[in-house]
Amino acid sequence: MSTTATQKKTGRLARISAAGTSPGVPSPRTAYLGIALIAMGLLVLAPALLTPFELRQMGRFVCYAMVAVGIGLAWGRGGMLTLGQGVFFGIGAYCMAMHMQLEDAALRGEETPQFMGTFGVDLPWFWEPFHSPLMTILLILLLPAALAFALGYSVFKRKVRGAYFAILNQAMVFAFVTLLVGQQATLNGSNGLSGFESFFGFAIHDPANRQMIYMIAAALLVIMMLVAYWMMRSRFGELLVATRDAEERVRFLGYDPAIIKTITFVTAAVMASVAGAMFVPLVGIISPAELGVVPSIAFVIGVAIGGRATLFGPVLGAIAVAWAESTLAENFPSGWTYFQGLLLILVIALLPGGIASVGRYLRWKHRGEAGKPTSEDPAPSDPATSDPESENSQKEAAS
Amino acid sequence: MSEKKRQSRLTAYAAIGAAGTLVLSACGARAGEEDAAVAESCVDTDGDTIKIGFINSQSGNMAISETTVNDVLHMAADQINEDGGVNGYELEIVEEDGQSEPATFAERSEYLLTQECVAAVFGGWTSASRQAMLPVFENNNGLLFYPTQYEGLESSENVFYSGATTNQQILPALEYLKEEEEIESLYLVGSDYVFPRTANMLIQQWAEENDVEILGEDYTPLGSTDFSTIANTVAASDADAVFNTLNGESNVAFFSQFDDAGLTAEEMPVMSVSIAEEEVDGIGPALLDGHLTSWNYYQTLEDPENEEFVAAFQETYGEDRVTSDVMQSSYNSLFLWAAMAEEAGSFDVDEIREVADGTSIDAPEGEVTVDGETQHVTKTPRIGVINSDGLIDPIWEGELTDPDPYLEDYQWADDEEAAEYAEEAED
Repeated sequence: MSTTATQKKTGRLARISAAGTSPGVPSPRTAYLGIALIAMGLLVLAPALLTPFELRQMGRFVCYAMVAVGIGLAWGRGGMLTLGQGVFFGIGAYCMAMHMQLEDAALRGEETPQFMGTFGVDLPWFWEPFHSPLMTILLILLLPAALAFALGYSVFKRKVRGAYFAILNQAMVFAFVTLLVGQQATLNGSNGLSGFESFFGFAIHDPANRQMIYMIAAALLVIMMLVAYWMMRSRFGELLVATRDAEERVRFLGYDPAIIKTITFVTAAVMASVAGAMFVPLVGIISPAELGVVPSIAFVIGVAIGGRATLFGPVLGAIAVAWAESTLAENFPSGWTYFQGLLLILVIALLPGGIASVGRYLRWKHRGEAGKPTSEDPAPSDPATSDPESENSQKEAAS
Repeated sequence: MSEKKRQSRLTAYAAIGAAGTLVLSACGARAGEEDAAVAESCVDTDGDTIKIGFINSQSGNMAISETTVNDVLHMAADQINEDGGVNGYELEIVEEDGQSEPATFAERSEYLLTQECVAAVFGGWTSASRQAMLPVFENNNGLLFYPTQYEGLESSENVFYSGATTNQQILPALEYLKEEEEIESLYLVGSDYVFPRTANMLIQQWAEENDVEILGEDYTPLGSTDFSTIANTVAASDADAVFNTLNGESNVAFFSQFDDAGLTAEEMPVMSVSIAEEEVDGIGPALLDGHLTSWNYYQTLEDPENEEFVAAFQETYGEDRVTSDVMQSSYNSLFLWAAMAEEAGSFDVDEIREVADGTSIDAPEGEVTVDGETQHVTKTPRIGVINSDGLIDPIWEGELTDPDPYLEDYQWADDEEAAEYAEEAED
């Protein structure tokens, strides 16, 4: 770390190597302390201070934060604007919901969930694996990984990136939601799955169990933050940032950018899927309305506002935006959407590094009077914090 | 540095370890062990006001419909307060925005019940929002008044359904088409969600029993606006009538492409069950002129209660505003709850449920009586024809019909038939 920090900033290559280590990656001390503080807040303070209702709401925010950790990796560190996380969130959520519905049906002594009775259908084949709790957990992890791998690898191998990748993601979400809505008899269509009674054998409405489910979600978020930090700090993390900022050069150095990007995309997908799986017992319902194009964009907003390339930005941004939505939307129901849009535009236009970059920016301004910014404290105009798409398009235009 | 690193890593592991212990120590009851403990009601009756909750979408794609319900609920609450409130208590309204998202409906209704401690909640529009709220009301023993006509096949102890179920809207529409329009064939067009799917399943069963041929059954995604193919197939099918369960803006596209395909209301009337006065205005009366609707209430009904209702609404919200079936059912729901609470002399949910059967009010649509068993209400089916002013004129009126959400009084609507139909649909 210290060797790159002393490098002179001469031209693009130096900036890239500097970008790989410093921006957004806190020192281990800061990182572990920060994660420990967040863990304390979520696992000790929140259950002690919040009412059961507020805790459940916090659980929902925690799920959004899990998605945000993945988006932070894929978009912030990898430059892949993932506007389709609703798909992976949905896969995890529906896997969990199907298992819980079958569990409830078994408790009632029936073969099929209640809504299927209306249409008199037998249990469809794709529900069968979800009888088993173990299989459900495996599928929550494996299904999104397989889909993200297939999509990611084929797309990145063909060097599709930037806006095209984002549009592809959006199309995928749209197709996914249309598919779900069409499954009235087998997945309850636009009504989605709801009305759960048990979660792996525990009564879901029991207050102690509710708290337990929240704790599991919060613990998973903390684990994901550790995973994200390890990925960011590793050599892989440096390669990822290098790929984001100068894909061709990484290729010339003998690495395969497609693999690097695919691994990151898969990680983000699995995180979104786990978040979806926890969303179901916490909120008590999953329907296509929570997964569509708009919710998928909403996942990204918190990450952008918090600071996409940083470790804490996505998590804090996602929780803050979700909290603000719940609080503000009550008082200005129709105004919230405009406010959210305005906030996103302001951040993208004026503060591309998100709120997390304010501190760095101020420090740089302060120091800027004495001399140039060091690579440890990059200016917001640094490639690490500027818009990856515009970087890519500049490159494409140049080549 | 490495010493520090190790230290902070240790701190992190310790935190996770502590968290894990907490998680494991917090396990509660196993599922199915006992009847789920229903939360104690926290309704506060100490003051001279009683809290009630309104939950309507004030943002999102349903806002345009649900804000009209919100308006009319406020009007009803004001009228009740002017008359001295309920059981001597003034109504205090707590409003929540459902944001057109089922999960938000679930969360905000839980907030109303557990944090605000409201005595009853009024609202919800889509089936998805109702199904999302259902477990919340059942687990907290709350009371929801749901105003929209819907697909039936449901009755919860914690919900009062003040809108029509299928035998009060869909079946009368079919009877009308058969008896008055003498149709022999029908084409079904609907948005892809639970209400059209269920309605069409019933229509298929009914058609088989009544020798009416179903020439086609098409669904489009909610909000879809491409109907050129469907309009052409409908035209080519030469059906005697179309049964339309499309929702929202899809109707604009459907009717304009229906018109482009050279079809008219005289040749092939369209019977719609989701187009009321409010929607006619949005679609454009010119396209709808002469087409049919099936509801229990129209703004043009000529009875003193309705004239008073329309006058009061237009005085409050403007002369250009219209009243519709769902608005009227919402308006009724507040008066029904007030009547039941007065009868019970209490706001207790169980006591209200006990006195519910037979509670009756003089509503704009006529007398409305609660059926205690299903917690639905009696309704008079009415067929209307849309006029060029954008209002709907009633042209046919059925008998006052008891609610039958599970269609138990209809021989043909049994489960086996439903299963057969579903199998055919699979193929």
